[in-house]
Amino acid sequence: MTTVVGVVVFPGSNCEQDVVGALGEVGIEGRLVWHKDNSLGNIDAVVLPGGFAHGDYLRTGAMARFSPIMTAVTKFAHQGGPVVGICNGFQILTEAQLLPGALHKNKGLKFLCQPSSLQVKSNNSVLTRHLAVGTELQVPINHFEGNYLCSPQTLCDLQATDSIVLTYTDNPNGSTADIAGISNANGNVVGLMPHPERAAHALLGSTDGARLLKGLNSDG
Amino acid sequence: MSEPLHRSLGLTDEEAASIERILGRSPNHLELAMYAVMWSEHCSYKSSRLHLKRLPSEAPWVLVGPGENAGVVDVGDDIAVALRIESHNHPSAIEPYQGAATGVGGIIRDIFTMGARPIALLDALRFGPAENLRNRWIAEGVVSGISGYGNAVGVPTLGGEISFDATYSGNPLVNVMCVGLMPKERLVLGQASGEGNLAVLLGSSTGRDGIGGVSVLASASFGADDRQEAQKRPSVQVGDPFTEKRLIEACLALIDGGFVVGVQDLGGAGLTCATSETASRGGMGMDVDVSVVPLREKGMEPFEVMTSESQERMLVIVEPASLCDVEAICERWDVQTAVVGRVTASGLLRVRNGMDGPVLAELPAASLHEDAPLYDRPLKAPAVTRLEDQPTPPDRSQLDLGSELLELLANPVWVYRQYDHMLFCNTVVGPGADACLLRLKHPVSGVDTGRGLAITTDGNQRWCSVDPRAGTEMIVAESVLNLACVGARPLALVNCLNFGNPENPEVMWQLSEAIDGLATAANTFGVPVVGGNVSLYNESQGRNIHPSPVVGLLGVTDNLSSVPCDLAWNEGDRVVLLGAFSVDLEGSLAGSLWAAKSGGAVAGSLAELDYTRHLCVADLVRKLVAGGLISAVHDVSSGGLGVALAEMSAHAEVGFMGARIHNLEQLFGEAPSRVLVAVHPDMLGAVEAAALAAEVPLTRIGLATGQRFSIKGLLDLELTDVLARWNAPLLGQVAQSGASCG
Repeated sequence: MTTVVGVVVFPGSNCEQDVVGALGEVGIEGRLVWHKDNSLGNIDAVVLPGGFAHGDYLRTGAMARFSPIMTAVTKFAHQGGPVVGICNGFQILTEAQLLPGALHKNKGLKFLCQPSSLQVKSNNSVLTRHLAVGTELQVPINHFEGNYLCSPQTLCDLQATDSIVLTYTDNPNGSTADIAGISNANGNVVGLMPHPERAAHALLGSTDGARLLKGLNSDG
Repeated sequence: MSEPLHRSLGLTDEEAASIERILGRSPNHLELAMYAVMWSEHCSYKSSRLHLKRLPSEAPWVLVGPGENAGVVDVGDDIAVALRIESHNHPSAIEPYQGAATGVGGIIRDIFTMGARPIALLDALRFGPAENLRNRWIAEGVVSGISGYGNAVGVPTLGGEISFDATYSGNPLVNVMCVGLMPKERLVLGQASGEGNLAVLLGSSTGRDGIGGVSVLASASFGADDRQEAQKRPSVQVGDPFTEKRLIEACLALIDGGFVVGVQDLGGAGLTCATSETASRGGMGMDVDVSVVPLREKGMEPFEVMTSESQERMLVIVEPASLCDVEAICERWDVQTAVVGRVTASGLLRVRNGMDGPVLAELPAASLHEDAPLYDRPLKAPAVTRLEDQPTPPDRSQLDLGSELLELLANPVWVYRQYDHMLFCNTVVGPGADACLLRLKHPVSGVDTGRGLAITTDGNQRWCSVDPRAGTEMIVAESVLNLACVGARPLALVNCLNFGNPENPEVMWQLSEAIDGLATAANTFGVPVVGGNVSLYNESQGRNIHPSPVVGLLGVTDNLSSVPCDLAWNEGDRVVLLGAFSVDLEGSLAGSLWAAKSGGAVAGSLAELDYTRHLCVADLVRKLVAGGLISAVHDVSSGGLGVALAEMSAHAEVGFMGARIHNLEQLFGEAPSRVLVAVHPDMLGAVEAAALAAEVPLTRIGLATGQRFSIKGLLDLELTDVLARWNAPLLGQVAQSGASCG
């Protein structure tokens, strides 16, 4: 059975087709889910893609968490279903309190679209479960608010539960502890600022993003 | 004594008189306001139209030429590409962030109006020297505005250029190009047909922003007084990328579903332009009910509603039976709709209070376009600058050429890393190279064609100030080489002609010469000009800008199976120059970046462009890139060989040991038709054979190696110094220099 991943479309999302395309590169079917829907349908995992949901005129992700679909996403996550938030999707997951902490403006106060080097810190997550800790990955970033911030206690908790999934080798945005991606203690909910879908084809310069997305394949 | 109303609206006495002749009576205030915006330089091209006719616009692959919202060409595989470039210079001078942001929004609307999904933006930016705080404020604001709007609206910004030159102090240039894809059969035109069809206004409510933007702002010069400019700020519109994003999705869904018979964006001159253009293109008339236009503020007069340039609005023409479907799709995307008009057979544009209410204005729809004034303004070649009037050239024997070179380096990464340039996962070569290169996927099925689209924008005011005709030809030639550097051949061209005050005969001469140069180049290269924009009155404090034509060139590559080489060479590569046809590597400093920076030796003549030879070089470079015979490639342009070599070295972080460049002229001269390539020693024989077969001269000029950047007998720099300068923040260092990121 082909794994089916629901890719949620908020008004202002813009990476949904890219995610569907990249999932296709690793043999997973991506299926668009409208934010006003109340049900996710019959899917194996959920991706909240990047973009500017509801324009992000308020705090990033602050409006999107109130979209009807988020009730179903929260329930799915609590039942252990794989939920991945990429960039704006990560911001939405923190606003929805499915992940701790918050994403602030980059330390240089500029938008940054550039390649980034990551290191796998934990393979206790649905994205990194096939990768060895310490693996280096090239996956680009594209954000203004990617500076991960959390309380010292939260940082301790993240470390204690092996929930720091990815770190930057050359921290571009000022994130606490070089954090590029985290998970919940279970590892089924993951948020990351880099865009794996942008590194899923040799013509784009890296296929390391595909290695992450393969984690969503329920067969393996 | 108060001036007559028509003058305060920007109309001349003669123009007011011809309006009276058309109507057979005196126009009322509303009618006069509508003519004023439509007959503005910005909308009517009244000073340039006569000359623009000389541009070639036809080719078998052209589906839509100039005159529509965008040009459209057939690129094969059932895909059509829409492209257009437009200026937003004056708004960006007044309010840089919003000026640039709404420039991006406007050009994107021109593309999806045609039914195409916008997939690429490029920006050609020109600012005054960054030491001046106001110029710096403008530059920072413009880049932030493009970033803020372009990223949020979800269209990647893939290239462009940025340069700093004293000629743009107080009058920056912000030219934005957009490219979109559509299935070939989905072409929609901005016309109203079918009596009784409805005109539906989509998107934002209408406010007082941008009233008279095209006439007060875009078609007049800036004075000497900053306060006067501040007063024009209300004429600048405010952008809302989230609304635009929803408009894109809603409009493309409407077009996909076949629910609309015509689409027109609202840009300059707002509702007046959109309603009259759609009606007159369709040979119809339209009744417009101003009372139902959703408003942002109370108490707006009909003339304000009809001329407001509030952003993020579209007009669609629909059959009454489709209205429900249109409203349903718009509701899904939270896009506001209002039925504001009705297509009539009268040929008249009637503005009414209530669809069947009193008529507030009534004029022949076509008269706003077809009867617009057409000026054959006087031309005069400028007097040749006498040699003794020129600044004394610096004593060249005393120059430290190493530091002269460092001064010319500028890395645009500070600009383009603020732009999302990877969205849609098509970017094979992004900003920072000679041209951008995208995977060409079908816009609906998503199927990868295995082919590529290449795009570049180019301009050079220094060349054009020496010779606007030859300079423009060299700009097009450079664009052709830029495409060749990513393996692509040119298909279609759009242009943005930025000039000073057309009432000055010398400026008109520059414009006419540049158009002739563009026509010659386009004809010779076989590239149709499918669209353009003219921005005049680029004049601040009594000084006209240097003639600044900017071209955007679209090309294709038929086999995109691997990433082509970029600027970065490898340790041990041989560095060769292709296309230097004379023994001395063709050094002329006229119009060069170095000459402009050093304040002397600007005059003279440009090196001659030989089209036959140029085409041979471009063909050879395409073959070498496609065949994978070379490891790096870069065209020689602003800053000449010196800057091109240093850029390649900086990209690779590998030094250079060179010879055969003997003097300042050879180091910084900017003769056309030259490309640097780096070649692995094992491939050198094959590359030399290919050059010989193509009858392109090849000169070995050095070796990529080590930690120094040196040219025998001329300069010797630490690579770290080159990198330090290259990596310095762009706005912290630049006096007068250029950088190309696309």
